[in-house]
Amino acid sequence: MELERNRISPRKRAVNFLVHLLLAVLAVIWVLPIVWIVLTSFRAEKGAYTNTFLPQGYTLDNYIKLFTDRNVLNFPKMFTNTLIIAIICCVLSTFFVLSVAYSLSRMRFGFRKTYMNIAMVLGLFPGFMAMVAQYFILKSMSLTEGTAVRLGLIIVYSACTGLSFQIAKGFFDTIPKSIDEAAVIDGATQWQVFTQITMPLSKPIVIYTVMTSFIAPWVDFVFAKVVCRANADQFTVAIGLWNMLQKEYLYQWYTCFAAGAVIISIPIAILFIYMQRFYVEGMSGAVKG
Amino acid sequence: MENKRITAIRALRYGDLITRLSAIVMGLGIALRGQLAKGILIFLLEVAFLVFMIGAGASRLAMLPSLGTQEQGEVWNEAKQVYEYTAGDNSQLILLEGVITCFIIAGIILLWVLQMRKAYRLQLMKEQGEHVPTLKEDLRSLLDGNLHITLMSLPCIGILMFNIVPLVYMISMAFTTYSKEDEHLMLFDWDGLRQFQRVLNLNGNIGRQFWHVLGWTVVWAVFATFLNYILGMVLAMIINRKETKWKGFWRFCFVLSIAVPQFVTLMIMNIMLQPSGAVNVLLTNLGLITSPLPFWTNATWARVTIIIINLWIGIPYTMLQVTGILQNIPADLYEAARIDGAGPVKIFFSITLPYMLFVTTPYLITSFVGNINNFNVIYLLSGGGPTYVGDTAGQTDLLVTWLYKLTVDQQYYNLGAVIGIMTFIILTIVTLLTYRNSGSYKNEEAFM
Repeated sequence: MELERNRISPRKRAVNFLVHLLLAVLAVIWVLPIVWIVLTSFRAEKGAYTNTFLPQGYTLDNYIKLFTDRNVLNFPKMFTNTLIIAIICCVLSTFFVLSVAYSLSRMRFGFRKTYMNIAMVLGLFPGFMAMVAQYFILKSMSLTEGTAVRLGLIIVYSACTGLSFQIAKGFFDTIPKSIDEAAVIDGATQWQVFTQITMPLSKPIVIYTVMTSFIAPWVDFVFAKVVCRANADQFTVAIGLWNMLQKEYLYQWYTCFAAGAVIISIPIAILFIYMQRFYVEGMSGAVKG
Repeated sequence: MENKRITAIRALRYGDLITRLSAIVMGLGIALRGQLAKGILIFLLEVAFLVFMIGAGASRLAMLPSLGTQEQGEVWNEAKQVYEYTAGDNSQLILLEGVITCFIIAGIILLWVLQMRKAYRLQLMKEQGEHVPTLKEDLRSLLDGNLHITLMSLPCIGILMFNIVPLVYMISMAFTTYSKEDEHLMLFDWDGLRQFQRVLNLNGNIGRQFWHVLGWTVVWAVFATFLNYILGMVLAMIINRKETKWKGFWRFCFVLSIAVPQFVTLMIMNIMLQPSGAVNVLLTNLGLITSPLPFWTNATWARVTIIIINLWIGIPYTMLQVTGILQNIPADLYEAARIDGAGPVKIFFSITLPYMLFVTTPYLITSFVGNINNFNVIYLLSGGGPTYVGDTAGQTDLLVTWLYKLTVDQQYYNLGAVIGIMTFIILTIVTLLTYRNSGSYKNEEAFM
């Protein structure tokens, strides 16, 4: 160890020091806003603008208020709304994404290339264009008033997920085809190959798909806003958080906003830390395919 | 079996009487040649289609060229002292129903072609004494050789109903007068290419804004894509260096920022950079500035701020994504370069960057498209502002956020649709020029 260290030239050591210093500075830049929002969520003083960077007093009241105050912004209601939507969407989208990805990766049919080209072309339209028209379609199906808004949101979140097959397809592409072929020779049908061979081999991507589709309704705010409009009863968490930052609520609700942000970030944080490796693999798979 | 492709026209020309009759009574050929259930189902679909057309479809199609003529009436009711409204034609609904009817007609034509081909194929199979699959066998194949039909039909229906139909509907709005301007919200008419002319005309108010927004959109997308890409790659390489210690810890620090949902980060940044927000407070307390920095109120400041914040959001993603690919670069390339005396900068620009560009072209295009359509960053950070008086587009508005403002806030639906189409055209050109020529698209099968 000693010997090795001696062999490193002073110049190299200086470069190493600078690199670590740079990384440290960058890490502070990236971590600081996150620390700041966690601190804000425990801050005792109200309001968005304070004269000090660090809070003067700490409290849990923001979290308590978030889940008990139902008068102005009914966060508990928004939370249940989003939870219901997220669970149903999660089931539907996972099925859609995995089905399409498996078909495109493993089966060969005339429509395959066409489908992939159509998906690419549709991806070039601004998502917003379809969004406005989707609202009119939901309206003509009377899914934009009352509790039907939930159904509308579920449809809208899950209906088009068949277009985002790239990551899962990239993953399926990496599973050797010879495994399927061996199973087919043993008399397995394609359905059995799909459910009993490919699925167990693809646990990471299944978990990834489940979690991303569960998270989507929590973080989408634009669409929810377009579909819900003024139906305050049907707001999702994202609209609620957005509302807390509007001028009329900002002073009273800013610290609660931070608390809400922390709460919805926790599952996402767990997902990303756990899934980091698969995410990278999925992406390099997608680049290939 | 015949080698020539079976088409509907061949079926009409060479098929026997039953096959030809299927052109009128759909499903007949299939039903009489051993696939009774399937044939009856197709026939029922035809009946349902005819009932629909006679009931509502035909009148909807007939309304499509005029988009309705009956204006909403307004009658003063003396007794109740209020204006009463008589129902007029709702052009927007007529257009939507018309578009859907067109899709239904296209669907039945497709079904017609498919069943003609099937009828002719079954006829040929019968003539050559081949085994015609029974219903049971057909159903079983849906779980085996035809599994893709089972798996993909629901997602496809979803995409058709909630992506393709809305897009066509929205595109058709671009050719109408559907807009709050001149009160065309209830009753509107076809308008040809007038809105396109307005948008492309540099001298008009809308046209001037369009070119302005387009310019900034392109500048933004180029900066956002390539700065993120190169800086993210540099960060990944610094962390990957042999001599760098605590690699996992550094990566964790950067990945942590991905864990916070993007819209939350963006809204917090917006609040932090307000004139009396945390950043200005901090800088004032440190005595570095005397008056708040104009992050969102000055156009140039706002633009630079947005690009920098986008770096904060985007670099960790790029870092994660390129880490694996960077390690795939053949080590002997670096070895050779080092022997030739190339420094780190030279190695980066003549080996790493070209290699990465070659492998990740599709990724770069996806992120370029994503940035052109990056609604969240702009809408939540600056809201498109600062906006000059009389303009609908602000100084940092992208085409998408302008589209949002035009449709949701202003209700200029036709203009919004035109902007959407223009965005699509620009993206198509960019993508066609690069994506289809990239090696990884052409050789999709080669990587399997």
